Amino acid sequence: MPKATRNEPNGEGAAALPAEEDDFALRSLQQAHAADRRHKAGKEELLHLYEQMLLIRRFEEKAGQLYGLGLIGGFCHLYIGQEAVAVGLQSALEGGLDSVITGYRDHGHMLAYGIDPKVIMAELTGRHSGISKGKGGSMHMFSVEHRFYGGHGIVGAQVPLGAGLAFAHKYNEDGGVTLAYFGDGAANQGQVYESFNMASLWKLPIIFVIENNQYAMGTAVNRSSAETHFYRRGTAFRIPGMQVDGMDVLEVRKAAEIALAHVRGGNGPVLMELNTYRYRGHSMSDPAKYRSREEVQGVREKRDPIEHAKNELMEMGVSEASFKEIDKRVRAQVAEAADFAENSPEPEMSELYTDVLVERY
Amino acid sequence: MAIELKMPALSPTMEEGKLAKWLVKEGDEVTSGDILAEIETDKATMEFEAVDEGTMGRILVPEGTEGVKVGTVIAMLAGEDEDAASVAAPPAKAEPLVSEAPAAQETKKGPPGGSAPPAGAVRPRTDPEIPHGTNMKTSTVREALRDAMAEEMRRDPRVFVMGEEVAEYQGAYKVTQGLLDEFGPKRVIDTPITEYGFAGIGTGAAMGGLRPIVEFMTFNFAMQAIDHVINSAAKTNYMSGGQMRCPVVFRGPNGAAARVGAQHSQNYGPWYASVPGLVVIAPYDASDAKGLLKAAIRCEDPVVFLENELVYGRTFELPELDDHVLPIGKARIMREGKDVTIVSYSIGVGIALEAAETLAAEGIEAEVLDLRTLRPLDKQAVLDSLARTNRLVVAEEGFPVCSIASEISAICMEEGFDHLDAPVVRVCNEDVPLPYAANLEKAALIDTARVIEAVRKVCYR
Repeated sequence: MPKATRNEPNGEGAAALPAEEDDFALRSLQQAHAADRRHKAGKEELLHLYEQMLLIRRFEEKAGQLYGLGLIGGFCHLYIGQEAVAVGLQSALEGGLDSVITGYRDHGHMLAYGIDPKVIMAELTGRHSGISKGKGGSMHMFSVEHRFYGGHGIVGAQVPLGAGLAFAHKYNEDGGVTLAYFGDGAANQGQVYESFNMASLWKLPIIFVIENNQYAMGTAVNRSSAETHFYRRGTAFRIPGMQVDGMDVLEVRKAAEIALAHVRGGNGPVLMELNTYRYRGHSMSDPAKYRSREEVQGVREKRDPIEHAKNELMEMGVSEASFKEIDKRVRAQVAEAADFAENSPEPEMSELYTDVLVERY
Repeated sequence: MAIELKMPALSPTMEEGKLAKWLVKEGDEVTSGDILAEIETDKATMEFEAVDEGTMGRILVPEGTEGVKVGTVIAMLAGEDEDAASVAAPPAKAEPLVSEAPAAQETKKGPPGGSAPPAGAVRPRTDPEIPHGTNMKTSTVREALRDAMAEEMRRDPRVFVMGEEVAEYQGAYKVTQGLLDEFGPKRVIDTPITEYGFAGIGTGAAMGGLRPIVEFMTFNFAMQAIDHVINSAAKTNYMSGGQMRCPVVFRGPNGAAARVGAQHSQNYGPWYASVPGLVVIAPYDASDAKGLLKAAIRCEDPVVFLENELVYGRTFELPELDDHVLPIGKARIMREGKDVTIVSYSIGVGIALEAAETLAAEGIEAEVLDLRTLRPLDKQAVLDSLARTNRLVVAEEGFPVCSIASEISAICMEEGFDHLDAPVVRVCNEDVPLPYAANLEKAALIDTARVIEAVRKVCYR
C-alpha cells in the first residue's frame, strides 16, 4: 500500500482511498486550496494588509526595545516573522461575530483585530491604562468587545477553551466561528486531541490554527514530533487538514476563506497548519542558540511576509513614496503607543484587590 | 443442601435496596445466569442473577419491599434432590458485610457511629434565610441537586449540563436523572471520558457567555482538569482587569465514598479553597444543596461545588419555596450550644451533630457550625461562635495537613486568641492514603467518637 502515505498537499493520495472512505472529505479543503491558492486582492486591500503587518513588526520591535530598557518585565513573546498568519486569517473573519483565542504570543493577534496599540503597549508596561488594567501583562490580554478571548499562558489550554467558545456559537445559533491559535509545541499536548475529538463529534464551528514556527521554545519540530506535518493530525478525528504557507498573506487569506466556508456550512472543525517562522527567540530571554544565524537570515531574505507583500505592491505600481508614507505613519503610531505606555501611571494600589471575584459575598 | 439467596450489595455505597420484582416464582427451575429479580439501589435498577442451579424454594421477601438490608436472605434455593417446598427459612437477620473491628480497637475509639446517621435523628436549627412558617417537605440530597439544576435550566436558557454519563445514563450517581427528558440533548450533554478537554470546553463556553454546569463523575477525576479550574476559570477575571467573566459551575461528589480505595477517596475542599478567584461550596443537607447550587448557577464567578456521595441518598427537610436560593459565603448554626463550637462542612456536619447529641447527654452543649461555603469563608461566624463558647473543634472528613481545619485554627489564633480558653483541636482523617481493607478504612476516617474525644479534651473533661 505505498499510496497510503501519499497525502501530500497536492491531494494525489485521495485516489488511493478505500471505497467506503469515498465520502471522507479529509483532503477536500486541501485540494480546493491547491486549485485556488491565493486571494486576489486589489491594490487598496493589499496595502491595508501590508500596513497591518508592518504595524505588528514595528510594534514588536519597539516592545523588544522597551523590554531591554526594563520597561517591560517578565515573559514577552514577540510575533516578528509570523505577521502574515494573524493578518491573513483575521482579515477573513466577520468582526463582532467570530471569536479568536490564542496563547501567550498574542500581541500580533490583537493588533490584527484593530485593537488600539496604546492599550496593548500600556499593558506590556504594566500600567493602569493597559487593556487589562496592568494586571494581565504580555500574555494575558483580552477584548471581549472584539471577541478576542486572550491571551492564555498554559501551553495548549486555549484549544479546549476555544472549542468552548465554538460550543457557545453553536448553542446560541449565532453563525459565528472560533479561530483557536496554537503552536507546533502545543500541538503535542493531550488536551488538544481531547478537543479535536469533541469538536468533531459535536461539529463545533471552530478552525484549529497551528502556527508552526518550527521551534517549540528551543526544540525543533523534528525533535519533538513524530508527525511533523501537523495538518494531518486531525485525520484520526475526521477533521480535514490544510497546509498553508504562513509567510504569504494572500495565501493565508484564501485558505481562511475556504476553511470558513466549510465550517460555516455546519460541517464541523478544520485544522490548518500555517508554516511560518519567528525571527526572534521564543521569548525575550531566549538567546536562540539552537539555530544558526544563517537559517534565520535565509528566511528573512527569501520568505519575509512583509517584503513579499511589498514586492507584489510594487508590481501593482505602488510608489516608493507611498511606502515611505506608510512607514512614517506606522512608526508614529508605535511611538505614540510607547509614549503612552511609558507615561501612564501604574495601577492604583487598590487595584490589587479588585476583580478577584465579580460578586460580593 | 439449600442455598440462601441474599440481598446483594450492588454499589460501593449501597446499604439497602428495594426488591422491585421477582422474575421467578417458587418451584421454578433456575440455572446459573438466570435473572431472578430486579433490585433498585439508590442509583439504578439492577438485575440479580442466579449463580447456582436448583429449584426456587421459599421467597422470603415479596416484591415491592423497600429498605431490604444488604445481606438479608430474600429466598431459598433447593439443590438437587431436595424438596423445594420443605426448605426451611433461616431466622431473619441482616448479616454484616464485613467482620467487626477487633474489640480492643472499638474500646479505644469509643462507640462506633458517624458513617450514616439516620435521617431525622438530628434537628437542624432553623435557617434564618428561610422565611418563618415555610412548609417543609422531605427530599434526598440527590433530588434536591437535580431540582436545583432543573429549576435554573427552566429559568435561564443559557444554563446547560455536561459531563460523563449525565444524559442517557441519567447520571452515574443519578443526580441528573430526568434532565435529558425535559431539556433534550442540546442542554444535557454526554461527554467522552476526557476531563481535561471538557472542563476546558465548559470554561470556554462560560467565557463565551453561557452558564455551564460541568459535572465530574467524582472530583478525583477533576485532577486531570484542575488546570482549567484554576488557571483558566479562576484567574480570568483578574487577569483581564474585570473584562472577562467565567460563570461556570464545576460540581460532583467529593471526599471518601465507601471501600473504593485511595485514588477514589479524597476531599479536595482545601485544594480549591486555597485559590483566589474561585467560589467553593460544600453543602451538607438537602436544603443547602438546593439553595446553594441555585445560587452557584446564578453566580457570575466560577464555582467549585463539592457534593458527597454518601450523603446523596440521605433525606432531609427541604423548604417548599418557588425559588429557594441561599446566600453564598454564609455559615449556618446547625445546633446552638454554649460550651464548645464544632466547626464542620459537608459530611462532617452529620458527624458533628451526632457527636453533639451524645455530648448533650454528658452535659456538654456543643454548637455545630456548618461552613457551607469554603471560599469565601465566613470567618465572622466562626469568630462569633468562638466568642460565645471559647472552645473550638474542627471536624473535617479529609487529610489533616493544610486542611480547612488548619485554616480555621489559624483564624482562631490570629483573630480570636483572646476568646480561646483551650487550643483549637483538629479532628480529620488519618494522614494516610485511604486504605481499602474495611477495618483500616474505618480507622482512617473521622468518626463521631473522635469528635467527642476532642470536645472533651478542649472542655478539660
